[in-house]
Amino acid sequence: MPDAGVITITGLTKSFGDNIAVDDLHLEVRRGELFGLVGPDGAGKTTIMRLLAAIMSPDSGEAWIAGSSILHEGERIKEKIGYMSQRFGLYEDLTVMENIIFYADLYEVSKKERPARIERLLGFSNLTPFKGRLAGKLSGGMKQKLGLACALIHTPEVLFLDEPTNGVDPVSRRDFWRILYDLLKEQVTIFVSTAYLDEAERCTRIGLIHKGRLITTDTPAKVRKSIPLSMVEIWAPDARKAAEAAKGMAGVKDVSVYGNRFHVALAEVGLTDRIIEQLKEKGIAVIDHRQVLPSLEDVFIHIVRSSEL
Amino acid sequence: MKLVRIKAIAKKESIQIIRDPYSLAMAFLMPVMLLFIFGYAITLDVDNLPTVIYDRDKSSMSRDLVAQFRESHYFTIVAYADDQADIDKYIDAGKARVAISIPEDFSKNVATGSDAPIQVAVDGSDSNTATIALGYIAAISDQYSRRVGKSLAVPAIDPRVRIWYNPELKSRNFIVPGLIAVIMAIIAALLSSLTISREWERGTMEQLISTPVKPPELIIGKLSAYFVIGFIDVLMAALIGIYLFDVPLKGSPLLLMMFSSLFLFGGLGLGVFISASAKSQLLASQVSLITSYLPALLLSGFMFSIPNMPAPLQLITHIVPARYFVTMLKSVYLKGGTLKLLIFETAALAIYGVITFALANKRFRKRIE
Repeated sequence: MPDAGVITITGLTKSFGDNIAVDDLHLEVRRGELFGLVGPDGAGKTTIMRLLAAIMSPDSGEAWIAGSSILHEGERIKEKIGYMSQRFGLYEDLTVMENIIFYADLYEVSKKERPARIERLLGFSNLTPFKGRLAGKLSGGMKQKLGLACALIHTPEVLFLDEPTNGVDPVSRRDFWRILYDLLKEQVTIFVSTAYLDEAERCTRIGLIHKGRLITTDTPAKVRKSIPLSMVEIWAPDARKAAEAAKGMAGVKDVSVYGNRFHVALAEVGLTDRIIEQLKEKGIAVIDHRQVLPSLEDVFIHIVRSSEL
Repeated sequence: MKLVRIKAIAKKESIQIIRDPYSLAMAFLMPVMLLFIFGYAITLDVDNLPTVIYDRDKSSMSRDLVAQFRESHYFTIVAYADDQADIDKYIDAGKARVAISIPEDFSKNVATGSDAPIQVAVDGSDSNTATIALGYIAAISDQYSRRVGKSLAVPAIDPRVRIWYNPELKSRNFIVPGLIAVIMAIIAALLSSLTISREWERGTMEQLISTPVKPPELIIGKLSAYFVIGFIDVLMAALIGIYLFDVPLKGSPLLLMMFSSLFLFGGLGLGVFISASAKSQLLASQVSLITSYLPALLLSGFMFSIPNMPAPLQLITHIVPARYFVTMLKSVYLKGGTLKLLIFETAALAIYGVITFALANKRFRKRIE
């Protein structure tokens, strides 16, 4: 298998009743990538994760994970991947160590390699002092790190993480991502789903997904530039009212409010001054404004809104 | 199949049971409670029937007859009535189940050797008890007649009955062995029916099926943990039966444990099958109770004799595994039954076990639907 595609997805489709959760997905992820599947809740991220981990069967389409087909070689895939479900999937009534040993047994990690590997996993996840603690008594962040440790016990080629930092505090989130970067150095391919756009920015490549459809795939920087948007950030005492006023103006494609400031997406670069003037004419106070690069969030909101039109 | 995975699942399951007080109580406390409740409450023996006596003769002979009743442990005399209305009062109020009235000319009749009728009234609202009571009354008066009325003709047939296997005719001696079957059926199905549905409910199954673990490894691992519990339960029930309820174990204890294991295997297999089919714990436990406990109680021959059932029900009992197990238990306990004698039942349970295990294995899927 060439390095080109550790994950190759062609035409993957899955629906539940009338609801199409994954719609004709095509994607290729290379070895050593940290690929982020980005989208709002209900976009179909979890379904994609489950299909790729071979714990759910697609309606049509096919995917190969590390050279094995999800349709015909599901059990071989399970030996090569680590999977972390969105909901905490370990045993809360078992201790940290008991959970790790349980998964080491299931993955048949040899007795010889085991001690060193467990020690290393406990070390990088800072769980060593909590070896004897029941998993149910861990904090959210520590639970996720334990989940990661269990998913890594057999040194998988590909790691599937379904919204691993959902509901985790910011410090633990950063910790978690630091661990993922360390893993990348070991040539593990990481396929992570997230609804957080700041996390998406940290991926080597992202796929924006909305209503089961993959809208765009590229590096975060290129995704940002892919949309011909000129973005201006405007500070105003009453940002909400100002944003409301800006919405109807000519050349304004999109407006999103962030507290005391708001972003206006413009069809052309030169429109900024005219917008500010028009706001003043309407008697709306503007404190300051500046040209900004559209954030992923801007792009994403723009894409979602325009796809809904 | 890999032994290391089976062992890992069994170990994990055992730790979970031990750490969960609720599971522990269900595994070890419930069977003992059931044994006590059923062991003390279900007794089909009729004794100490409250009896009212209306003795109009008031002779030494009538007192002698009454003494016969009193001395048998079947009747307890609760009152002596003064008139017929008194008797009705006791029976109506439920204070007495049996009324015996002895007419004025009783002693005279006995002395002259003519018929000496006595009147007996039995509360028929519990027909089973009433029938048994009438039998006792007939037997006691017959004995009395023979003792006092030498002039009475000796009956042409004089049966000398010998009761085999349960010479004292104690119902407890066959209830306790039967109970072991009922308790095993409940425990096996209830314990195991939760094991897979619980993992789906708690979200641990999704993680588990993403590993290379194979369905038979998972099922055998889980079964073996519950098997140990069931085995301990059988042992406890047998010991309580022998030492507390004085139920003699005539046959081989080893054979008893062997048969119980065989029955447990099938019962646990059924539980796991139900658990794999129903993804909620509530549904799984309901279904398992209906499919294991009720048939074990009603259709196994434990409480109701199978030959007395209507033909369609009799047919159904053939697919109730407890039926075979009850036969085995009664045989081993009371008759000292051997494997050779019970080979048909052994085969039936073995087949049942293999079928439920195969079903459980087939039903469990490593996929989310």
